[in-house]
Amino acid sequence: MRVLVLVKANEHSEKLAMPTKELVAEMGKFNDELVKAGVMLAADGLKPSSAGKRVRFGAKPTVIDGPFAETKELVAGFWIWQVKSIDEAVEWLKRAPFGGGEEVEIRPIWEESDFMESMG
Amino acid sequence: MEAAKLIAALTRIVRDVGIAEDLAQDALVAALQQWPNEGIPDKPGAWLMTIAKHRAIDLIRRNALFERKQADLVRDVEVQFEEPEVIDDDLLRLIFIACHPILTTEARVALTLRLLGGLTTDEIARAFLVPEPTVAQRIVRAKRALAEAKVPFEVPTDLAGRLASVLEVIYLIFNEGYSAIRPSLCEDALRLGRILAELVPNESEVHGLIALMEIQASRFAARLGDKGQIVPLLEQDRGRWDYVFIGRGLAALARAGEHAHGPYVLQAAIAACHARAHTPEETDWERIASLYETLADVTQSPVVELNRAVAIGMARGPAAGLALIDELMHEPSLRNYQFLPAARGDLLAKLGRREEAREEFERAASLTTNERERDLLLQRAASA
Repeated sequence: MRVLVLVKANEHSEKLAMPTKELVAEMGKFNDELVKAGVMLAADGLKPSSAGKRVRFGAKPTVIDGPFAETKELVAGFWIWQVKSIDEAVEWLKRAPFGGGEEVEIRPIWEESDFMESMG
Repeated sequence: MEAAKLIAALTRIVRDVGIAEDLAQDALVAALQQWPNEGIPDKPGAWLMTIAKHRAIDLIRRNALFERKQADLVRDVEVQFEEPEVIDDDLLRLIFIACHPILTTEARVALTLRLLGGLTTDEIARAFLVPEPTVAQRIVRAKRALAEAKVPFEVPTDLAGRLASVLEVIYLIFNEGYSAIRPSLCEDALRLGRILAELVPNESEVHGLIALMEIQASRFAARLGDKGQIVPLLEQDRGRWDYVFIGRGLAALARAGEHAHGPYVLQAAIAACHARAHTPEETDWERIASLYETLADVTQSPVVELNRAVAIGMARGPAAGLALIDELMHEPSLRNYQFLPAARGDLLAKLGRREEAREEFERAASLTTNERERDLLLQRAASA
């Protein structure tokens, strides 16, 4: 199965503050482990929401410029992992070099096999 | 992965995958007993290694056979255990042992999934639709065969040759998953392939195999019709292809290098031609035909020649394809191969030679054992 791992934004990630050298190095090490274990499919960090836009669909689409207020609901980065189970994903995530109150969410991706099961 | 690393490290010490697996199992059981009470240690992997290492040393001390070498071995263990390069190397050696040419293909597949994929015998049995005791027996026999042959725990000097056997096992696992529509087996194969690619990053065929598997995996959703039937490549809805997998596949192909031309790289390059085309009409058939030509030189396979003829038919018109296929009609190994008359029928139909086309589709239908395929061929015969 594949999971999307969503790293939520915080005040630090919402300022255009570059991560520290140490964090980059540690994250690089962690990502390297993911690659070596065949788990890593994709990973990227997102610029602050001030660089983003939203499109709201009403009668016609309205474009809203960033930044967006609700920091905790915003996404700062993501991984896509291939794992055997969500438990394996949790185990991997626990090893990620966070420790500053970050919140990271794991969401399984719909797979063809899920649809196959529902078809019987 | 932790289990595979443990087994690999232990095999280096005790020189027997069967014993190594038992020891690794012991360490995992110890963890299950201790961790709930004492909490999970900071470095679970290192903790497991230490426990397993002590048990291995105990075993060696008890075992008279190892008496003479005991001092060396224990020192070896102490010095090398926790260096990451050593662990990687052990993992690679374990892969080569599990895919050793003295084992039957079935045994290699079962042992690889068991030792490296971390699957239980029951999971392997269910994936291959064979009874569980059969798989258990295959694994036991394989371990015994390795022990009796005293297969050394090493990275072989003939790396490229032995790698072929490893790649074959991984692709077999993938294909079983792909044709029996068991995505979890495909995922196991992909993960094994990616692990291997990090261990031997300079081997182009490993990247070629990964590229091939990732691109094929990208079509998983699109190749299944709403009634569970297989949708042919050119009829697939390309919007349902998985572009994360395609991107990864193309990147793996690039990693293989421009000048690589092993069979997996070539097959991946062909798959990539399809992946790059946004519509079937955009497909670069000339390039596909030329890749098949190179592949035919490498593999000497008449099936590849047949595929080349089909590609030529797409690139330069049905008459050109038919001329090549007609040359294959007397090839003995293709005599009962249903795709030969099916492909010929297809080209004849395009040329408006309907009577001959119908005969070829009927002949193809009589050769296949797959009911769904037979229906499809008879349908084509009726409409030719």
